Amino acid sequence: MISPRVLARLAAEAIALAAVPLVAGNDYYVNLGSQVLIAAIFAMSLNILVGYGGMTSLGHAAYLGVSAYATAWLAQRMGMGPLAAGACALAITTLLAAFYGVLALRASGLGFLMITLALGQILWGLAYRWVAVTGGDNGLSGLARPAPFGWDLGSATAFYYFSLAVFGIAFAAIGLFVGSPFGASLKGARDQPRRMRALGYNVWLIRWISFVVSGFWGGVAGLLYVYYNNFISPHALSLTQSAEALLMVIAGGPATLLGPLVGAALVIVMKNVVSAYVERWTLLLGAVFVAIVIFLPDGLVPGAQRLWARWASRRGKGGR
Amino acid sequence: MGFWITQSLNSLALGGLLFTLSAGFSLIFGLMRIANLSHGAYFMLGAYIGLTLLRTGMNFWLAMLLAGAAMAIFGALIERFVLRRLAGRTLSQVLATLGIAFMIADACLWIWSGDPMPLPGPASLEGAVPVLGARFPLYRLAVIAVAAVIYAGLLLVVERTRIGAMIRAGVDDLDMARAVGIPVKTLFTAVFALGAGLAGVGGVIAGPILSVYPGLDADMLPLALVVVILGGVGSLTGAAIGSVVIGFIYTFGQALLPDLAYVILFLPMVLVLVARPRGLFGRVTT
Repeated sequence: MISPRVLARLAAEAIALAAVPLVAGNDYYVNLGSQVLIAAIFAMSLNILVGYGGMTSLGHAAYLGVSAYATAWLAQRMGMGPLAAGACALAITTLLAAFYGVLALRASGLGFLMITLALGQILWGLAYRWVAVTGGDNGLSGLARPAPFGWDLGSATAFYYFSLAVFGIAFAAIGLFVGSPFGASLKGARDQPRRMRALGYNVWLIRWISFVVSGFWGGVAGLLYVYYNNFISPHALSLTQSAEALLMVIAGGPATLLGPLVGAALVIVMKNVVSAYVERWTLLLGAVFVAIVIFLPDGLVPGAQRLWARWASRRGKGGR
Repeated sequence: MGFWITQSLNSLALGGLLFTLSAGFSLIFGLMRIANLSHGAYFMLGAYIGLTLLRTGMNFWLAMLLAGAAMAIFGALIERFVLRRLAGRTLSQVLATLGIAFMIADACLWIWSGDPMPLPGPASLEGAVPVLGARFPLYRLAVIAVAAVIYAGLLLVVERTRIGAMIRAGVDDLDMARAVGIPVKTLFTAVFALGAGLAGVGGVIAGPILSVYPGLDADMLPLALVVVILGGVGSLTGAAIGSVVIGFIYTFGQALLPDLAYVILFLPMVLVLVARPRGLFGRVTT
């Protein structure tokens, strides 16, 4: 099923990711690594919809944000323990995805995109204006990092390894999901919805289940997000957040497993490096968006693979 | 009683503003099959350009027309040099408009700083007039009138002129319109410029009521989406009725349930989606 070559490549990548704190030397880079991993989980969850399902969502921040807000609110206001709060937050997020999925899947294509955007904006507006629960513009702060099973996540390195572990689980689970017969039916629903219907598949149900799964993993990213920052504000629910995730997926390569990680690394590193020098990150984000859409429509990973294949075949033929 | 009259007129004024925004959005979507996500940004940029012109002491209505013209030219350039390069790739076009929206928003923040700034309204329309026993700002009545004139003008163009017939043909069946020799490319540029120009005009007339501030674009874009989802794509009457409905819901929601007004706004959209996904007056199924 999985060839030894692929397995060897995955092992090499895992070792490389595990070595980041050892090589990095200072906490700034370790934290940058954690941010990339969290963003990668978020982008992978969106990739289920955008890449494998062909459903471009511009409201994915909803799941990250709601999960993060729910965790902070349950832990602080209701006094729940971190595990219970996390589990409840994931349940709430999954229910939300189930409900939003029913609405958004009334349409496909651009209609789907507009509805997800509008649904996402509802939550953003709610986070801003429902001050009694969300703290409004100030958000909820002061959430302490937990120590799951006695593992204290206070330090940058510990949190990085925790994020890496969650990333590994998410990577494997999403890989199995899209590689399964169900994943094949999702891709079938993307490419040939009419034929799939003719073959007796319930295209709507396939899309809805994928929508819910995607929302669940978005919620997982939200848990890490809120514990990494110890803080949550309406920005987590903003259109910018959804658009950044979409950029990661498209830049890295939709419908590839590694694409979201590459895209997340690109966006997060660029954002941090650029923000250190100028305040105009959003301007650059927009410009990169336009450039990638025009020049690299199928993303970095497939683009690199294409170049690699061309180079390899030329070497094979010409002998140079 | 006074409360209801005042708030109803406020609702109509907000509906008028929304119409200037969503009419262009709806026509662009109907004809080009693009959700133009930079439409809110055109509204905001129009308002900022209007502000700069007004600060030179220019007449309000002239500033409005000039800002609209500037946005129309801007829109034509975007259509010609970005969107047309991506012709046939709808999703890429939509994402490009999103990138452009971010660039405009950040550039505005850069140039005009982060403070909310009200546009000074025309001096001749200051003060309030009695309407059915309630006192109502004269300027807002003028906004309702301007929006009504724009609606009538657009309706006249779309329903009664040759260009309007071409637009309707394109909305209904683009391939057939091409086949009978309608210059679709030129039509795209023209409609995109018209939509951007209307958004710019809307931004200026909204200025004295809403002020102009960073984030105005992100506030307005979802409203345009909701209006169009509600009214249906490609229909002027749908956009007009959707705008008024949203204007009423938002204004009364704001007055009666301030915390939840923003959420109540989206409820009709949810209902319409469940009952009639193509919108109340939709010509195109999305």
